[in-house]
Amino acid sequence: MTLRTPPLRSAHADAGASFTEFGGWEMPVDFGSIREEHRAVREAAGKFDVSHMGAVVVSGPDAAALCQRLTTNDATALDPGDAQYTAMTDADGVLLDDSVLYRRPAGDYLLVPNAGTDAATVERWRAHADGLDATVENRTEDYALVAVQGPDAVSLVDGRADADLAALDRFECADATVAGADCLVSRTGYTGEDGVEVFCDPADAAAVWEALDCPPCGLGARDTLRIEMGFLLAGQDFDAEEDPRTPFEAGIGFVVDLDTDFVGRDALVERTDPDERFTGVRLTERAVPRHGYEVRDADGRAIGTVTSGTLSPTLGDPVALAHLPADVAPGTDVSVVVRGAAKSGTVEAPPFLHADE
Amino acid sequence: MSFDVPADRRYRESHEWIRSADGRVGISDFAQDELGDVVFVELPAEGDRIEQGETFGVVESIKAVSNLYAPVSGEVTAVNDALDQAPELVNEDPYGEGWLLDVEFDEGDLDALLTPDAYRAQIE
Repeated sequence: MTLRTPPLRSAHADAGASFTEFGGWEMPVDFGSIREEHRAVREAAGKFDVSHMGAVVVSGPDAAALCQRLTTNDATALDPGDAQYTAMTDADGVLLDDSVLYRRPAGDYLLVPNAGTDAATVERWRAHADGLDATVENRTEDYALVAVQGPDAVSLVDGRADADLAALDRFECADATVAGADCLVSRTGYTGEDGVEVFCDPADAAAVWEALDCPPCGLGARDTLRIEMGFLLAGQDFDAEEDPRTPFEAGIGFVVDLDTDFVGRDALVERTDPDERFTGVRLTERAVPRHGYEVRDADGRAIGTVTSGTLSPTLGDPVALAHLPADVAPGTDVSVVVRGAAKSGTVEAPPFLHADE
Repeated sequence: MSFDVPADRRYRESHEWIRSADGRVGISDFAQDELGDVVFVELPAEGDRIEQGETFGVVESIKAVSNLYAPVSGEVTAVNDALDQAPELVNEDPYGEGWLLDVEFDEGDLDALLTPDAYRAQIE
């Protein structure tokens, strides 16, 4: 299969990026050091090319009704210029994807599904549109997406844009000109830091990328940053095929509004208090927990599985996200099995990193 | 990018080196660059025996886990304990402070390894 490439592929190669396959796309994994890129975002600002994220535009008189039917959050609460974190479930309540849904200033909706899921998402949304006057278009190839993240990110982008970005609240979006290019800018991100995401025409991507002057960061740092915050990665922390989870099991029950009528709602009404929950483990022994590693209780019994893990660059400690029985409380002694050896740790509900650290 | 390949060592295709004069073992500049930020190194203990071509440990970076393959057979006479607290030494100084083991080995084992020129040709 030929990998899809972001419009900035050659600029990244010139900047010394190493590449990896992710969701069918060839994307930069680092530009030299994941640790340094991670630090740039936590302490100042870094920029990510996340053009591999999907872009699905929903428009027409019944666009809001279709969004309400297929997303778990209350899409009708979105005014133009708003955005919300949301989820999509199947009729059994199984989490298919987590996503941000934007209501663009013009009034239509922009859904940003995870990499590689754009075509299937469009197909599914069209199949569920019967009786509604709504159009669903796959615009993934029509947008480049640059995320600038870090405590200095908003002022950095603000200095290159004609709109007042500091006036945007978290999860708000606006049309703006950045480096002379028409863009949609939003105060969103996936790192736990303040930040801005900039959607632009692929033809303008190089100018926008260049103008947003801060260290380039790859998917490696994006992963360590989001693990410290306990943010989900589709396909790793949940997977409708390999590891089906409801939004409640996956720790994002807060995006499920059971007062709305969405596909999966009836199945989820009875499942708001699951037996297993998404939580975290911090190891006290030096080792690197990774996806698929077994979690054991103090008696050595297997009680769960690591879904994501890393050595936290900010904390210096090994941290893992995991599904564990709901009665295993934070502070409980557990271990993670790393190449046959049980490494001691303690259950800790993410985020591992708090605002004052 | 050009990588350092010191002339006083022999190399395995899997990127481990051994210094012929004293049996010090490590991984190459190319290998540390490919791995990225090293966060953990798992090594045998002093007195353990390693076997040429067999795995003797693991080096983990943030993005990957890689097995270490023994360039020679022999007894481990010293282990770089500094790596417990400072695994990043493998990135910073792969031929110096970031060494892994000292091994008492048989000179004949060197014949199976790459010369610096041959190793350089492999990575370029």
